[in-house]
Amino acid sequence: MPQPLSLVRSADGTVMGRPPPPSVSSRDPSPDTLSLHFCGVVEQIREVLEAVRRHLSAFELGGERCGAVEIALAEALNNIAEHAYGGHSHGPVHLCAQVQGALLHVVLTDRGRPLPGRTPPPGLHQDLEVTPDALPEGGFGWLLIRELTEEVSYIRSPDENRLTLIFRLE
Amino acid sequence: MNLHSTYDNDINLITVADTRIDSSVAIGFKDSMRTLTDQGPDHILLDLSNVVFIDSSGLGAIVASMKQLKSGKRLDLAGLTPDVAKVFRLTRMETVFDIHKDAAALVPRPVG
Repeated sequence: MPQPLSLVRSADGTVMGRPPPPSVSSRDPSPDTLSLHFCGVVEQIREVLEAVRRHLSAFELGGERCGAVEIALAEALNNIAEHAYGGHSHGPVHLCAQVQGALLHVVLTDRGRPLPGRTPPPGLHQDLEVTPDALPEGGFGWLLIRELTEEVSYIRSPDENRLTLIFRLE
Repeated sequence: MNLHSTYDNDINLITVADTRIDSSVAIGFKDSMRTLTDQGPDHILLDLSNVVFIDSSGLGAIVASMKQLKSGKRLDLAGLTPDVAKVFRLTRMETVFDIHKDAAALVPRPVG
């Protein structure tokens, strides 16, 4: 077994260096619930999405629904890695995914910076009727999240972001 | 980022061998595209048929690949899989590119 690289904890408590792989929490005994703890860096996102996809495969979702969940979740996790944490530090993220009837609730919790204005952006369409030079190369994340979810809610507590994404599974 | 370029029928066919274009590879994708599109035919066709997942960073990298083309070159797309097509549709980026169902229609693949 290769030894994991050592991690250094910086003064503000964030972990520096190569993050460990996502760990599945065994605290929640419900088979319908997936609980994952991981570092908020882009390098972790593929593994997290794969774990969610594996979890959802038990519920026999169609490929289209799985894809919708994966895309929206990827955008939310990108935002945490690049904006809530971003820069040189990264911190912990907790993902809790729970199927409730025909809905999937995904709660993402991080200890990074709050969303600007402490409100999830509306995710508006951008003007694409422009010269090629002026085409936007970003700013599509919230548009995708809004389009692919049934409902989005966000709570900022003193030191924590809590974003809930609700998907319709049928 | 694993991209392959072949010239055929006056088309620079660039095939993405990887299955995901996401935030962890977006910059590498854009850089590889710059290298591969700087040379060869002016008509570039990006074959995405192996790509099953793209996020907004990957989408941005494809847009950037088009914007960084030298004057007179054009970039078309082909072979969008369902989740990739969904991202292009929801962001309306499908209106910006010429999207072909299958690269083979423009550049027949060698038999055998």
